[in-house]
Amino acid sequence: MQNALKNPRLLLWLMFAALVLLPFITDALLGRGWVRIVDFAMLYIMLALGLNIVVGYAGLLDLGYIAFFAVGAYCYALTGSPHLALAFPTLFPDGIHLSFLIVLPLAALLAGGFGVLLGAPTLRLRGDYLAIVTLGFGEIIRIFLNNLNAPLNLTNGPQGISRIDPISVAGVSLNSTQNILGITLPSVHLYFYLFLACTALVVLISHRLERSRIGRAWMAIREDEIAATAMGINTRNLKLLAFAMGAMFGGMSGALFAGFQGFVSPESFSLMESVMVLCMVVLGGMGNITGVILGGIVLALLPEILRHSVVPIQQSLFGKTLIDPESLRMLLFGFALIVVMLYRPAGLWPSRLRRRELQTDEAAETI
Amino acid sequence: MNHTPPTIRGEPVEPLLQLSGISKSFGGLNALSDVNLHIRRGEIYGLIGPNGAGKTTLFNVITGLYQASAGQFEFNGHRYQTGKPHVLAQAGIARTFQNIRLFANLSALENVMIGRHVRTRAGVFGALLRNRKTRAEEQAISQRAQELLRYVGLARSAHTLAKHLSYGEQRRLEIARALATEPLLLALDEPAAGMNATETASLQTLLQSIRETGITVLLIEHDVKLVMGLCDRVAVLDYGKKIAEDVPHKVRNHPAVIAAYLGVGDD
Repeated sequence: MQNALKNPRLLLWLMFAALVLLPFITDALLGRGWVRIVDFAMLYIMLALGLNIVVGYAGLLDLGYIAFFAVGAYCYALTGSPHLALAFPTLFPDGIHLSFLIVLPLAALLAGGFGVLLGAPTLRLRGDYLAIVTLGFGEIIRIFLNNLNAPLNLTNGPQGISRIDPISVAGVSLNSTQNILGITLPSVHLYFYLFLACTALVVLISHRLERSRIGRAWMAIREDEIAATAMGINTRNLKLLAFAMGAMFGGMSGALFAGFQGFVSPESFSLMESVMVLCMVVLGGMGNITGVILGGIVLALLPEILRHSVVPIQQSLFGKTLIDPESLRMLLFGFALIVVMLYRPAGLWPSRLRRRELQTDEAAETI
Repeated sequence: MNHTPPTIRGEPVEPLLQLSGISKSFGGLNALSDVNLHIRRGEIYGLIGPNGAGKTTLFNVITGLYQASAGQFEFNGHRYQTGKPHVLAQAGIARTFQNIRLFANLSALENVMIGRHVRTRAGVFGALLRNRKTRAEEQAISQRAQELLRYVGLARSAHTLAKHLSYGEQRRLEIARALATEPLLLALDEPAAGMNATETASLQTLLQSIRETGITVLLIEHDVKLVMGLCDRVAVLDYGKKIAEDVPHKVRNHPAVIAAYLGVGDD
C-alpha cells in the first residue's frame, strides 16, 4: 500500500478505476437519487475550478460568478428547446436544436465573452470594490433573465424554459438507459461519465495553466499588481484572460446543467449560488486544484446529507420536525466557515506554497 | 552651458535615455518641472536630492508608473509615451522598489521566473498543449532564473518564499528579478536603504559587476558615500528641478547643491 501511494501513475489508475465504478457503488449503496446528487456535485466542482482561476490564481474577488453559469445554461436552453419559436415564429418555427457538441463550446465562448464584458470596466478595481461590482453584474444578469419575457419573449421570465433537449453524444441520448457491452447504464450514470470527462478536462486545463507562464503572471498580479506591471506583465490583458477563462468553465458547466435538468429558470442563479461556489474555493483551499475539488464535493453533498438525515432524526427524537433542513444548512455553513477560517485559514487542503508558508511561520514562532 | 554631445573616447554616442522638459504635477503641486536629463549607455547614473525633491516621482515617470504632464521621453532611440510600465519593461527598463515589492507568497525562484515573462512568449495554447516549444521555453526560464539567483548569491534560497528571506536577501532578489527582464537600464530606488555596512559593501560589488555586463544603472540613493563611490555622473534634484548634473566630486562642491542641502546663509 505504501508503494502504491508513492507511485503517482499507479495512484492515478486506482483513482480512475474508483471514479469509473463510483456511480455503480453509489447506486448499490445509496440508491439512484444519490447518483443524481453526485452528478450535480460534478457541475459544482467545474464551477469552483473556474472561479478558482479568477479568485485563486489572479486574486480577483468575483461575487457574481454564477452569472456565467446562467449564460451557459440559457445558451443551451435557447438553442436546445422549442422556446425560440415563441419569440421568432417565422425564423425558427421549431427552435434551433443544435448538436450538443456545437452548443457546449458555443456556451463556453459566449460565457467567456461575458467574462470579458464584466472584466473590461472593472480593470482598475481591486478587493472590496471589485466584489461589489461583480455582485451587481451577477444580479443584473439574473434580473435580465427574469424580465426578458416582454416585449419579446426571449427568456420566458420567471417561468423559465422547459422542454430542453436532453444531451446526446454521438447519436446516443443520455436521457435513456443504454446497454453498452452488456452493461446496463441508466441515464444518471451516462451523465456522470460525461460530467466526469468534462471535469477531467477542466482539471487538466487548470493544472497546465497553473504551471505556465500565464499562471505565474496571474499569481504575480495577485501578489502585487504594481510590481507585476513593472515586470512587463500586461495586467489588463491577463486579467481579462482570467475572467474569460473562468467564465468559460462556468458557461460549460451551465450548458451541461441545462441539458441534465431539462429546465432552467432565473431562480437557479441567485446570489446565494455565487456565494456557495466562492465558499467551495475558499473552504477547499484557494489556488489549489485538489483543495477546490474537495471543497466542491463537501459543500455540494452537505445539503443533501442534511436533507436526508435531519428530518428523520428529528422525527425519531422529538416526534416532529423542529428545524427544517434548509435553515439548518445555512446555520451549519456559517459555522463551518468560521471553524475553517479559525483553524485552517488556508483552506482544508491548502496549496503547496500556502502550506509551506504556514509551516515556516509556525517554525519561526517556536524559535 | 555645455552643448557638445556626450562622447565615449571622442566618438559621439546617442544617450540611452533622454528626458526633455519632463513635468509632473499632482493637482496644484508641481512635483517635477521641466527636467532635462540624459543617461549614457554603460554608466552608473546617480539621482540625489533632499527629501521631497521629486526623486521618486522622476523615477516613477522613468519606469512608467506615472504619466508625465508634459515633456518628451526617448529611450534607446525610440519615443515612448510615459505611464505604461509594461511597455517600458518590454523596451528594456527594469526597476526595484524603495519599499520592497516582491511577490511575497511565491518562492524566490518563481519571483525571478516571473521576471522572464516579458522575454518569453508561451500563451494559453502553449500552456494547454505543452508542446515541445513550450517545454523548452519553460526549461530555459527556470534555468536562467537559477543562474540569476546564483549570481546574486541566493542559489540556496531558491525554494524559500520571498517573504521569509532576510531584508538584504529580499533586496538582492528584487535585483535578480529585475535582471531577469534583460534590461538595458536597471533603475534602483534606494537599494541600500536599511542595509548595514557589510550589506552595502556587497551591494556595491554587485552593482559594479552588473555594470561590467554592459547594463546601464540608474540609482536613487541617500547613502552619499555609496553614490560618490559608485556613480559616473550624478544629478541633483531640488523642488522638482534639476539643479546640478556632473561627475560626483564636482557636484559635491556645486554651490546650488550645498545650498539645497545645507540652506543659504542670511548674508
